[in-house]
Amino acid sequence: MTTTETPASPASAGHGEVNYLNHEYGIKSWLLTLDHKRIGILYLITTTMFFALGGLFAGLIRLELMTPEGDLFQADTYNKLFTMHGVAMIFFFLIPSVPAVLGNFVLPLMIGAKDVAFPRLNLLSWYCYITGGTLASFAIVAGGVDTGWTFYTPYSSTYSTGFVSVALMGVFINGFSSILTGVNFLTTVHKMRAPGMTWFRLPLFIWAHYATSLMMILGTPVVAITLLLVALENMFGLGIFNPELGGDPILMQHLFWFYSHPAVYIMIVPGFGVISEVIACFSRKAIFGYSFVAFSSLAIALLGFLVWGHHMFTTGQSIYAGMVFSFITFFIAVPTAVKIFNWTATMYRGSIDLKSPLMYALGFIGLFLIGGLTGTFLSTLAMDIHLHDTYFVVSHFHYVMVGGMVMAYLSGLHFWWPKMMGRMYNEAWAMTGAVLIFLGFNLTFFPQFVLGYLGMPRRYHVYPEEFQILHVASTGGATVLGLGYMVLFVCLVWSLFKGAKAGPNPWTAKGLEWEIESPPTPHNFHETPIVTSEPYAYEEEDVLLADKGSH
Amino acid sequence: MSKDFSLHPELASTFALQIDLLYFLLVAISVFFTVAIVAVIIFFVIKYRRKSDDERPKPIHGSLPLELAWSIIPFFICMGVFTLGADMFFRMYRAPADALNVYVVGKQWMWKVQHPEGKREINELHVPINTPIRLTMTSEDVIHAFSIPAFRTKRDVVPGRYNTMWFEATKVGEYDLFCAEYCGTQHSTMIGRVVVMEEQDYQNWLGGGAAGESMVEAGMRHFEQLGCATCHKSQSGGRGPTLTGVYGEPVQLASGEVVVADEAYIRESILRPTSSIVNGYQPIMPTFQGQISEETLLQLITYIKSLSEAAK
Amino acid sequence: MSKTASHHPALQHYFDDLKQQHGAATMGMWAFLAQEIMFFGGLFAGYTVYRYKYFNAFVEGSNLLPIAWGGLNTVILIASSFTVAMAVRCAQQGLHRSVFNWFMATMVLGLGFLGVKAIEYSHKYHDHLIPGLNFQWDGPMAGPMKIFFSFYFVMTGMHALHMIIGVGLMLWLIPKIRAEKFGPQYYSPIENFGLYWHFVDIVWIFLFPLLYLIGRHL
Repeated sequence: MTTTETPASPASAGHGEVNYLNHEYGIKSWLLTLDHKRIGILYLITTTMFFALGGLFAGLIRLELMTPEGDLFQADTYNKLFTMHGVAMIFFFLIPSVPAVLGNFVLPLMIGAKDVAFPRLNLLSWYCYITGGTLASFAIVAGGVDTGWTFYTPYSSTYSTGFVSVALMGVFINGFSSILTGVNFLTTVHKMRAPGMTWFRLPLFIWAHYATSLMMILGTPVVAITLLLVALENMFGLGIFNPELGGDPILMQHLFWFYSHPAVYIMIVPGFGVISEVIACFSRKAIFGYSFVAFSSLAIALLGFLVWGHHMFTTGQSIYAGMVFSFITFFIAVPTAVKIFNWTATMYRGSIDLKSPLMYALGFIGLFLIGGLTGTFLSTLAMDIHLHDTYFVVSHFHYVMVGGMVMAYLSGLHFWWPKMMGRMYNEAWAMTGAVLIFLGFNLTFFPQFVLGYLGMPRRYHVYPEEFQILHVASTGGATVLGLGYMVLFVCLVWSLFKGAKAGPNPWTAKGLEWEIESPPTPHNFHETPIVTSEPYAYEEEDVLLADKGSH
Repeated sequence: MSKDFSLHPELASTFALQIDLLYFLLVAISVFFTVAIVAVIIFFVIKYRRKSDDERPKPIHGSLPLELAWSIIPFFICMGVFTLGADMFFRMYRAPADALNVYVVGKQWMWKVQHPEGKREINELHVPINTPIRLTMTSEDVIHAFSIPAFRTKRDVVPGRYNTMWFEATKVGEYDLFCAEYCGTQHSTMIGRVVVMEEQDYQNWLGGGAAGESMVEAGMRHFEQLGCATCHKSQSGGRGPTLTGVYGEPVQLASGEVVVADEAYIRESILRPTSSIVNGYQPIMPTFQGQISEETLLQLITYIKSLSEAAK
Repeated sequence: MSKTASHHPALQHYFDDLKQQHGAATMGMWAFLAQEIMFFGGLFAGYTVYRYKYFNAFVEGSNLLPIAWGGLNTVILIASSFTVAMAVRCAQQGLHRSVFNWFMATMVLGLGFLGVKAIEYSHKYHDHLIPGLNFQWDGPMAGPMKIFFSFYFVMTGMHALHMIIGVGLMLWLIPKIRAEKFGPQYYSPIENFGLYWHFVDIVWIFLFPLLYLIGRHL
């Protein structure tokens, strides 16, 4: 893909052993690091902690729902569990995971930069995340929050007795982490590309992150001010969302979803980027319809800002507003479908190697398809009236968020793991994890579509008996899913200690990040690379690090 | 209310079958695309599996006709589904003019129902079969949602405003009533039942028990007690505008704006009188915010409505 | 790779040259300002909804705000936009002493604005108009009046917070100006501070008419 003037072959030379992981030691060298790769690792560790926490809450929820009676937890405890599950997973895992972990690590490598444009802001973003996370965790420990992750007024502002303001401040501060990441990526992509890395030579991962950055910058501040208003109202009784004073609680939903719908795309679009990379690599094919895939990300980012009202069809909003929101929502189905078709077409006449990253990516396509198609049920106005606030919605967004986004994240994590850590994991165990997660996920959430159509409302602590059998199936699936995550976790951690050393390019993948050592050196590139060819040029001969001197 | 397990809720309203047909259409489309794409992927994975490590397949950079095809075809499918859904939504939104009014007030954690004839019930809603029923709903505290899966309909019940929903039950029986919007600790026990009865049984049920005053009578009583009648006289000339024949008609405000005197307007005028002064009158009416309950408000509104019906 | 300014002390190692660094800094700042617009945009949207809904109350509330103090603050801020623009211009020309002087002028004006704001807030306190602290209003429109003052305090409070952050940034930049770190080749921190300051100024230019002048018949 590139010709790089590299003086010696660093992998074999003695100084090649110096990499970003071992060039400095000590806790301080990590906590004050400005290296995008180390910040990515910091995010990896902390988001994993929140994922485990959110997963624990999910497990407890599923246990409670084994029986129709509320026999395991008090109603208040149950309400706190699903709230904290949502807050931990959405704000502290799903939103940061792909951009802040994988994006931070590989985005500068992919465009041939030595770092992001603002390394200090990058570190600051992690501290915002940690501060927000600490506040939210404090709210959990101090007594919990029971508003649901949506913080709907007037319940959150006037009636809830939990530590709502503390949790809101946590989410508010965490928002700045997102904004700073967005500003950083946007500027980095614009200004830090290596010579020859034109816009249409960018890997699709970059396009996806570019679209995501726009949404982060333009959406997050709106939810920040909204949640700040809710917190102030909770603490001081401002009245803005309080119907007793003439305030409108529905206004809060408008402002909230103006961000929180794009937030869904903030979560999933970076995942699209991962899938494009993985499918191209393991099919050894250029992405079919590169520009369509690239621009569909931007189209989704743009349209994502115009559909927030589809969360509010039953609130009594004007029938015409409902129609416009429904109409634009259907519009989004088109760029999403385009992506799926293009990924499928990429595999046509490829050379497909079904390794674990691809396994996750294919799992993503299957689950995201179901998630996306059930999304059209919910954007169909009359259908949504019946399905709104039922388990159908719960299942739909888990198919998109867990089936889609988490699978994409795991795909990317397996794909770049050798690059990040310099070690290979055990492929058989990785495959086992992928299969368990896929099966467990479907078993957990497919029954919930049926539950939803039967009318089972979400956030129910106790429920009518006739729903029990589906809930038991769902809990059974959650067990398998949890087991899958554990296999995956052990497999990856094991690789850190016992894994075989990964060469610079274990997958024979194309892209600048595969032309440097694994793990990369502190400054990524020995010389600024010069890009001379198109992305995903899998038909070209492999550029091996050791060969570079001979160019 | 123990029922057998089923994959499908009962069909008990005029909407139910239409919603189900829409649902099956969507299921069919979804199954088609999921199966087709997954089958193609599995086929590719097997057929084009890597046979040797030296394989360098020829790149295919794309195809404009294909891109157009798989943009335009899904677009038209989407537009078709959108049209069906929107058309159905229109019908679900607009209650027939002759619908029977029933009033619902949600509070943590119960449903309070008033029938115009004066009958009240809690966590139950009795309705006659084959009659359009229009529910006017509000909440005393947080947002709730009135959901009847067997009728395939629901609507949020929002404090500070009136939301309406309507349905026509088609099958005698008892159906689940859920609160679908999370409303706090006992959210999941804010449930009840909707009882659909034959017309005659319904009339017997209405007449049974202590026959209290009707909503209009109660409204009239409040209208006198709260002193509304002092200013809002039945003929013009009072310090406030007469309320006879006002409901549903346009009102000219002092600001120059013209609004329709609907339920929301009357409610707002009782709670925050000076926010919309009728042209030609002074802003002297006191506020009743915090002094009267949501149920009393509904009775007052019913009474004011009745003044217009009587005038016609 | 030609690196004409490669030995400039301000050049970070991950940039090729000062031009790239300057471009990145400017672009980052504009992106940041875009998010600021959305942040205040949320407030303006909420304000618009309620102004439409409770027009009378908003007129009444607006009439309680002292137009003289508000007007004075508008003049102060516009003047400070001029001084900060001069500071940027002088930084580009390498006039170290003038940069410092213009910065100090901006700082004084910024503090003056905050002082006036403090006076206004204390008047509101005496008049029992601070929601959450001592809000009292007798009359049928008590609720909407409280909403108006909630918006007044959140909007001007957020704006004042931005002013305070601006003053903090100046305190951070002044020692660097004294150390003559900025010049024709490297002035992006000064320029970006200028952008930030102008932005805060513009927010006030919208706040002043919306809060103080709305519905006022002069």
